[in-house]
Amino acid sequence: MTSEFVSVVDIVGSIREGKTTASDVLEQHLARIDKRETEIHAFNHVMAESARANAASIDADLKAGKERGPLAGVPIALKDNMCTRGVPTTCSSKILEGWKPPYDATVVTRLQQAGAVIVGKTNLDEFAMGSSTENSAFGPTRNPLDASRVPGGSSGGSAAAVAAGFAAASLGSDTGGSIRQPAALCGVVGVKPTYGMVSRQGLVAFASSLDQIGPFTHTVADAALLMEVIGGHDPLDSTSLNQPVPSLTAVLGQGVKGMRIGRLADMPDGCEPEVLARLDAAFAALKAAGATIVDIALPSLSYCLTAYYLVAPAEASSNLARYDGVRYGLRVESADLISMYGATRAAGFGAEVKRRIMLGTYALSAGYYDAYYGKALKVRRLIANDFAAAYQSCDVILTPTSPTVAFPIGEKTSDPLTMYLCDIFTIPTNLAGHAAMSVPFGTGAHSMPVGVQILAPALGEPTMFRVAAELERAS
Amino acid sequence: MSNASSAPSHATVLPNGWEMVIGLEVHVELDTKTKLFSASPNHFGDEPNTNIDPVTLGLPGALPVINRRAVELAIRLGLALNCTVQASTFHRKNYFYQDLAKAYQITQYDQPINIDGFMMLPGDVRIGIERAHLEEDTGKSTHFGGTSGRIHGSDYSLVDFNRAGVPLVEIVSRPDIRNADQARQYVSELRSILLAVGASDAKMEEGSMRCDVNVSVRKAGEPFGTRCEIKNVNSIRAVGKAIDYEARRQVDVLESGGTIRQETRHWDDAEGRTHTLRVKEDADDYRYFLEPDLVLLDPGTEWVESIRASLPMLPAARRARLSQLTGADKESEAVYVIVERGQDDFVQLVADAGGEPARALVYVQQAFSEAGANPVVPAKDLAALTLLERDAKVTATQAKTILAEIVANGGGDAVAIAAAKGFEALDTSAVEAMVDAAIAAQPDAWAKYCAGEEKAMGALVGAIMKSSQGKADGKVVTALLQKKRG
Repeated sequence: MTSEFVSVVDIVGSIREGKTTASDVLEQHLARIDKRETEIHAFNHVMAESARANAASIDADLKAGKERGPLAGVPIALKDNMCTRGVPTTCSSKILEGWKPPYDATVVTRLQQAGAVIVGKTNLDEFAMGSSTENSAFGPTRNPLDASRVPGGSSGGSAAAVAAGFAAASLGSDTGGSIRQPAALCGVVGVKPTYGMVSRQGLVAFASSLDQIGPFTHTVADAALLMEVIGGHDPLDSTSLNQPVPSLTAVLGQGVKGMRIGRLADMPDGCEPEVLARLDAAFAALKAAGATIVDIALPSLSYCLTAYYLVAPAEASSNLARYDGVRYGLRVESADLISMYGATRAAGFGAEVKRRIMLGTYALSAGYYDAYYGKALKVRRLIANDFAAAYQSCDVILTPTSPTVAFPIGEKTSDPLTMYLCDIFTIPTNLAGHAAMSVPFGTGAHSMPVGVQILAPALGEPTMFRVAAELERAS
Repeated sequence: MSNASSAPSHATVLPNGWEMVIGLEVHVELDTKTKLFSASPNHFGDEPNTNIDPVTLGLPGALPVINRRAVELAIRLGLALNCTVQASTFHRKNYFYQDLAKAYQITQYDQPINIDGFMMLPGDVRIGIERAHLEEDTGKSTHFGGTSGRIHGSDYSLVDFNRAGVPLVEIVSRPDIRNADQARQYVSELRSILLAVGASDAKMEEGSMRCDVNVSVRKAGEPFGTRCEIKNVNSIRAVGKAIDYEARRQVDVLESGGTIRQETRHWDDAEGRTHTLRVKEDADDYRYFLEPDLVLLDPGTEWVESIRASLPMLPAARRARLSQLTGADKESEAVYVIVERGQDDFVQLVADAGGEPARALVYVQQAFSEAGANPVVPAKDLAALTLLERDAKVTATQAKTILAEIVANGGGDAVAIAAAKGFEALDTSAVEAMVDAAIAAQPDAWAKYCAGEEKAMGALVGAIMKSSQGKADGKVVTALLQKKRG
């Protein structure tokens, strides 16, 4: 892993022991932002002023002997689709440019209560629709490890912010792979929790039944700590699971001895050989640590991409209908209500968002529902059944996170279907509502990082994190 | 509210064997403190856009959380309408309009909370209730400029989101209603039930109860005709008028060789007619799908049964009880009115205080139209008055005067008031002298009466009551006249 930057756990420890201060830690991160942000464009909005004030207040409190929580003084970046009171929240869309939410997302409140210092709002594919962060209305984010390449997406800004040392950790949202794929492409850890483990309250919705917030970190232990802070029941989100987040930091050292690791018997085409080589190395490492490898099948895997591109756009077409120019955000004045709607939405949304709104509207329309949306719901049940059968014989499943390493900027922008294929390994988890995470495991072509994805059943985070910790030790 | 339920039938009868088929969709605002999916207040009449929050405004990231009290009130209503209460789901109904903040309404679609109920109307008429489902209300638009007061042609519109997200139950009847009278009875009874279970204040004038009426016509025994939906029907009176107008319009169209288009029509109360709002081909495709921000709403048997156990006695049962107590017909106006006012318990109190129940019913109906469910007059004072009248110590007219005085003073001794006013019923010999005098004064009338012409008695009685200055008991006078005729 990248050892150039200090982990969350180490920052918390150093500040607590008085070796450094929250303000010093923040200044180190702000200095890196000053140096490279123009090139990388990880942020839509850097909150240097409020971050400095928060860090100073934390230092004062700690000096006075006050407890400030498990993340006291840790600089953290937020994907710009999480509401922050009084701070612009744009979803990288012109239609929300300048909008300042009157409230904080639940995850933001929990981070602040834990003592985190919010450093800024990160760039994303507009409304989280994309796999490269090239669909941002405010320009693409570049991969800190090779600025000619994409950081992945849609949470590319959050992944890049951690990889570039702009923040010690960040939050992203994952609807079909939007945390795990950029984590893999930027060489950091990324977690998509079980659906309902982290509150969606204040997360601007893309596809409500698939969206889930999760962390980007340098280390598995950092991710476990972040999960413990942001997870757990929230009465403001009806889909929030009614139980506390399981203890994750405590299980990291437990190893994988006796664990059964599932391997896809039929690997889909299109993976780079170097990526498959790293996956084989991961299996070997886990086997060496005492796990057994079992072949499993997910027969419905090939339908997942299609199902996802019906379910997600269908929900998005409804979720994004509220951006109509009536109450907030962009309004393009026009002769009457209907033409104002049209003019506002034509000017406010980018091409990929419009494409998905049209796709989703069509999929839900009278006469087409059964053939498209209804069938996609059936595939969701099928893949859930597939997973249930697979987890009879294994505890977790290992796959590549992405079929390829980070690709050059502009390579896939003209062909949406090729771009959609980036998510082939990540989408099934969202359709099933399960947990998965990406862990960096060496490099592939062009010396770019490769991520290995660990898939676990719903609430399987403890097992998943044990495997992640083992892979981290082996990498 | 005047009572429509017990009014004698003067329902419009369509010509040439045509029959009306009517179904009602009634929207009712639930009487909760807060909105269906947020903690924003549910309160009518406040300054525009004060009862709002991120959920109400559909701000990005805001999520709905179901209001437990709204669910409880919906279940109370469902049980009162004899529905089956079931685990239910919410859907999104998608359409663009400026007062629909999220551009979708959260409503119940194929799995509503209450299904398969019914309501009984006078004459043992059973009206099926297809469903009574939960949904959120929209905001309210006001259009300025232009001539129609509607959005088309207006200069600008203002939107008030205070009403947005207010919990509604939509009660959908089966097409079992056959005339305007029944429709009015249905709405009136539904209102009584809503008030009885505390689900809603059901004020049509404030929009907390709103009716859409589906009307079609057919020849008796034939399949249903094409229906039209009438909106903007804002009073029980308008329900009847709109139905009668619309049914006649459809018959006119059909008899002149035309066909009925399925369409939504607007009731213009001032003009007393309906006109086309939109035809079915223009209808929105609402793209319903399961609301992913909410989970299955399963109240569970235990909760439903505890709600059932907490239901008050419903209007129909109260009418039956009052009818039994007083001897009045359970479908009589007096019984309907008293139960609707919630004063049947007070009638019972008067009876319990030794009063005569039938007289008590009449007094309460006469004297307490503005009093609410619990008149502040002591029941024993009314009881005493019923006995005075029953024992012919005072006449009905005198009793009315005494009643007015008791009510005005918040109580009073009926015997003392009668004495103070000199209301001592004349004894029979005094009345007999007046009867004789009247016969002598009107020999023609007397002759006709003796010949069997009952109507002729009226002139005699009138003269006697006049000469007694109302102190003669009408029943005694009649009895004496009959006795003298032999």
